[in-house]
Amino acid sequence: MGEIIFLSLIIIISSSAIWVVVSPNLVHSAVSLLITLFGVAGLYVFLYADFLAATQVVIYVGGILVLIIFGVMLTNKIDKPVIESNSSNKIIGLFVSGFIFSILSFVVLQTNWQIAQNNIEGDSTVKLIGYLILGKYLLPFELISVLLLAALVGSAMLARKKINE
Amino acid sequence: MNNLQIYLLLSSLLFSLGIYAVISRKNAVAILMGIELMLNSANINFIAFNRFTSNLNNLDGHLFSMFVIVLAAAEAAVALAIIINLFKNLGTVNVDEAAELKG
Repeated sequence: MGEIIFLSLIIIISSSAIWVVVSPNLVHSAVSLLITLFGVAGLYVFLYADFLAATQVVIYVGGILVLIIFGVMLTNKIDKPVIESNSSNKIIGLFVSGFIFSILSFVVLQTNWQIAQNNIEGDSTVKLIGYLILGKYLLPFELISVLLLAALVGSAMLARKKINE
Repeated sequence: MNNLQIYLLLSSLLFSLGIYAVISRKNAVAILMGIELMLNSANINFIAFNRFTSNLNNLDGHLFSMFVIVLAAAEAAVALAIIINLFKNLGTVNVDEAAELKG
């Protein structure tokens, strides 16, 4: 049962990710990105990363995707029924991305990965992540909160209406 | 072919699709979507390596991928502000037409 769900997750993720990059309609791309992000959250559940799966759903699906759809709606004339998104450089793009994918998959398949054998189901990861955030990773945590604040203020300043000087 | 390799193959597929989107798309928002795909593939790698190659009490990969998610949120906000400004100034979000340095 678990394997069937896992395989269908992989198929859903890869097909919707392909549709994100080739769809001629920008809104279709955004909706397929939603499906991809949900599928990746499901993969996190398979990797015993419960907190990360919840974070993925809350931040990516609830935050970033809403921002992207806002961007689509604010930068197009939405009286048109189809918001187009053309592609160019298809040959070069196919060549470069196919090259990178073949190199990466060659490396992945050739390497003899050392798998740790002590992987059994453990407790929820939330407690350990909390200890790590307030202990070993306290300084990066505080730094990233300052960075988030700076990005918030900066993007609000960039996107506001200019007052006539 | 073990389980780790399946995750790594999937994440390299997502990464190369993101590169394809960045190279071939004309709309700036679609390029942003490609960047989000690439960040997601990096996250899958972090968590898969953390799950398969370390012991259970080591969650460093989870923390790294949390930081990547926060950075992606900040990056999306700033990029959308820039794209909206681009649309206000030039009337288009086509990155091929945005070729002037003076606004």
